[in-house]
Amino acid sequence: MKSIVLQGTTRLLVPLLLLFSVYMLLRGHNLPGGGFIAGLIAAAAFILCALAWDIRTARAALRISPARLAAGGALLAALSGVPGALWGNPPFTGLWLFIGGGAGDKGLPLSTVLLFDVGIYLAVLGAVLTLFFALEED
Amino acid sequence: METALAVLVGIMVATGVYLMLTANLLRYLFGLILLSNAANLAIFATGRLTRAVPPLVPEGLQAPAEPVANALPQAMILTAIVIGFGLLAFTLALVVRCYRELGTLDANAMRLSEPPAADEEH
Amino acid sequence: MTHSEVHSVGRRGDTVLQLMVLAVPVAVTVWLLTLLGPVRAQGALRFGIEWVPSLGVALDFLVDGLSLLFALLVGGIGIFVTVYAAGYLRGHPLLRRFYLYLLLFMLGMLGLVLAGNLITLFVFWEITTLASYLLIGFDHASATARRSALQALLVTALGGLALLVGLVLLGMVASSFDLAAVLARGEQVRQHALYTPIFLLIIIGAFAKSAQVPLHFWLPNAMAAPTPVSAYLHSATMVKAGIYLIARLHPVLASTDLWMWTLTLVGAATAVIAAVLALRQTDLKLALAYTTLVALGTLTMFLGSDDSVAVAAAITFVLVHSFYKAALFMVVGIVDHQAGTREINALGGLAGRLPVTFVAALAAGLSMAGFPPFLGFIGKELKYEGALAIATEPVLVAGAAVFANALMVAVAATVVLKPFVGSRPPALTATREASVSLWLGPLLLAALGLTFGLAPGLLADTLVQPAVTAILGRPETVKLKLWHGVNVPLLLSVLTLALGVAVFVWQRRMRDLLSRAARWLPLSADRLWDGALAALRRGAYLHTRWLQHGVLKGYLAVVFAAVAAGLLWVLVHSGGLPEQLGWPRLTVKEWAALALVLAGTLAAVGCRAPLTAICSLGAMGVGIALIYLFFGAPDVAITQLLVETLFLVLVAMILHRLPLANAVRGPRVRLGHALLASAVGIAVSLAILLVLQQPFGSPTKNYFELAAVPEAFGRNIVNVILVDFRALDTFGEVVVVLIAAVGAAALLGSRRRALSARAQGTRRNP
Repeated sequence: MKSIVLQGTTRLLVPLLLLFSVYMLLRGHNLPGGGFIAGLIAAAAFILCALAWDIRTARAALRISPARLAAGGALLAALSGVPGALWGNPPFTGLWLFIGGGAGDKGLPLSTVLLFDVGIYLAVLGAVLTLFFALEED
Repeated sequence: METALAVLVGIMVATGVYLMLTANLLRYLFGLILLSNAANLAIFATGRLTRAVPPLVPEGLQAPAEPVANALPQAMILTAIVIGFGLLAFTLALVVRCYRELGTLDANAMRLSEPPAADEEH
Repeated sequence: MTHSEVHSVGRRGDTVLQLMVLAVPVAVTVWLLTLLGPVRAQGALRFGIEWVPSLGVALDFLVDGLSLLFALLVGGIGIFVTVYAAGYLRGHPLLRRFYLYLLLFMLGMLGLVLAGNLITLFVFWEITTLASYLLIGFDHASATARRSALQALLVTALGGLALLVGLVLLGMVASSFDLAAVLARGEQVRQHALYTPIFLLIIIGAFAKSAQVPLHFWLPNAMAAPTPVSAYLHSATMVKAGIYLIARLHPVLASTDLWMWTLTLVGAATAVIAAVLALRQTDLKLALAYTTLVALGTLTMFLGSDDSVAVAAAITFVLVHSFYKAALFMVVGIVDHQAGTREINALGGLAGRLPVTFVAALAAGLSMAGFPPFLGFIGKELKYEGALAIATEPVLVAGAAVFANALMVAVAATVVLKPFVGSRPPALTATREASVSLWLGPLLLAALGLTFGLAPGLLADTLVQPAVTAILGRPETVKLKLWHGVNVPLLLSVLTLALGVAVFVWQRRMRDLLSRAARWLPLSADRLWDGALAALRRGAYLHTRWLQHGVLKGYLAVVFAAVAAGLLWVLVHSGGLPEQLGWPRLTVKEWAALALVLAGTLAAVGCRAPLTAICSLGAMGVGIALIYLFFGAPDVAITQLLVETLFLVLVAMILHRLPLANAVRGPRVRLGHALLASAVGIAVSLAILLVLQQPFGSPTKNYFELAAVPEAFGRNIVNVILVDFRALDTFGEVVVVLIAAVGAAALLGSRRRALSARAQGTRRNP
């Protein structure tokens, strides 16, 4: 499948897909999107990379091992549940911080919930790529 | 619409079961795909259907103004799809490994751990 | 037990360890001794903590005369056994493990006799079972030891199961699991319709533990344990647990005909049969083991009565037996240890070589044979007095007691005289006296037998009388005396001695006679047990073969048939079939999506080429995504599309390596599959339709819609549920995917390693 056209298109598409995945991740709380979808989109970007060139290129593009990425994501998601539990609430209670809010606008929302979604994103991305690489390298 | 989905789910389950009963592991995998999709549809249908109104709260409101689709089954299905992907990929890995070790995908020929000789105690 | 490592030099750390271990029984015994006074003054002490209050189970302890007596035996004999084991197992590589098991056993035994709650009692009962399994199988390299340990475990644990049921029933009938409360409600229990099952279940547990006929066979086999363990298990502890239980529940269960006849007959049978079997043994340790059975039978027999003299006889005999049996086991261990054998015929003339051991053996043996002024004499006189006091069948009890005691005299003479007097075989000339730690225990125990024999008042007031009071539930005065004057018990004693001496003299001839008779008995309990185990294994094999045939199709057919049958059964029972199925009113695009799913599904079954099947499944997935999209689930639709795409890419890329040939099947098989599949599909459809006909009220739906923005600051309710309301679930699901990924990578990643290993293998063996 070493096609120049595919490689050229991929070169363009991969950054776009990754950017799109982050966009889907961040808007997920208010509009369709979220960690699962964003993680799958990002995985698609790397898989496209693997299809256009080979697995080694895709691995190099990812820089760290997908299994570690997945474990890190799961760890991040787990840790995001801890702060909520510190003040007597059940674990995974969301904590919110609104920066620069004004009238009618709450400002920039930062929360443990967002952290959790990022964890999901990384875990899904890492897990899917682990599976894919394992099956393809066979 | 729910009625139609119920019938469709039944057909998918029946074909899935039929495929899983064949001895070929790849067909077994296809049957599993059908079953997991059918299960998702069943959850979707029993949560009742609402046409074209996604469970989003419009900007500026505290709650949806009109009846929206049931969000809970959607959240369940969403995770079920991702888990299903993990399950199917793992099954696929098992199938590939089986083929590599045993050189066949015929489940009837895989008698390594439970050999057919039933006559004597080992 | 092998002695090669025993003679090697002990490690220095072992001494510290031994002192630490020794501190446990010493501390326990001292503490228990301080309780003697308070118990005599107050009757019973209680202490403990709540354990499972909701079930009425408390970790509390009850110290009365009975439990204190047994606890003192456990602790006191424990001291001697620990000291003895230090010498016997010196330098053993698994010494630490041995002490661990021994302490565990000691703890279980103490908890058992001190437990103040039926459930607590059972838990400690099981601890002793498990610990005795470990101790008997301590020499785990020997197949005999393993078999004996397993046999002891199975017999006593099966009895334990019966006991558990019995205790639970008893607790229910007495409406309390608290031991003191249960003991006070004997009348209520005996009147209850469940009395007979309760009695039988509990007594089966006690008989299994205390090795009554026909569950006696595990005990002689348990001789596979190291001698310190045998001394402990057989004198003071394990086998006395059943006796303790019988005595403990005496106030609740006794004084009925059922109790009296069962205990008297089983006890008498055990005593007589075991006495005969003991005579047959030429192995000193085995002979002692069978006399333990005699003792246990005698105790059971006497506890069948509720006469105070009989009970006092039983309690006194518990003490007597513990002292001399522990001492004699240790003596036999010393002989075995120093001379290298315990076969009667290979031993003789060791008195000069093992002088201290001989003194201990002589004192313990005289107590066992019941010579004055040893405690054994008092015990035996009391037994005869008790037997005659039992109103219903004094002749049976007294006869069994005289017979058993006469053979005990013979065995005692054998154990004491055979190894030590007579001519010394040349192989034994190098035998030397054992170290202090070995002979100290038996010597002191034998001395105790003499001391208490000379001053029986020491025991009568402090231990025996409170114990008898606790058993009978009424104040009793017990007097122990060495000399009663000439009376019937004394005459019986003389008769016993005469009989015993006669048996001892004609021992060899009787042994021959017995072994000739044994040939006519094709069945022994031991062999029956083996047969039962073999039958169990065979049965397990056959039914496993039947259930676990190894054909995937068969398993799946059973699973799916069960699903269909279960669903249809529920449907029939919940009001039958759904009604009023209207023709669905759908728009054209919705029909199109349904048709796409249907077409993809059917095509996936029909096609032969794998790639076509994959494409059909892809079409089906897209159709499902469309359905999600049309009915207000954009998140799900996107996810479905992405997953579908990724999975199809994955399958398509490895598909060229896998065959998708149809297995050859007859049309009938295929028809059967189709029928089963249709049944499952129809059942699922009907179930969904029925669910849809239930009214749909959704407080959760409303809750999530109302709470999403004010509480979780999110407008996409699906995402809010995923990452906030149900975040823990989502986390769990992510972990599942992660595990699947790691598992798949592990499954496939070993290819390179396997290949390199194979390459190395071929290089080594061209």
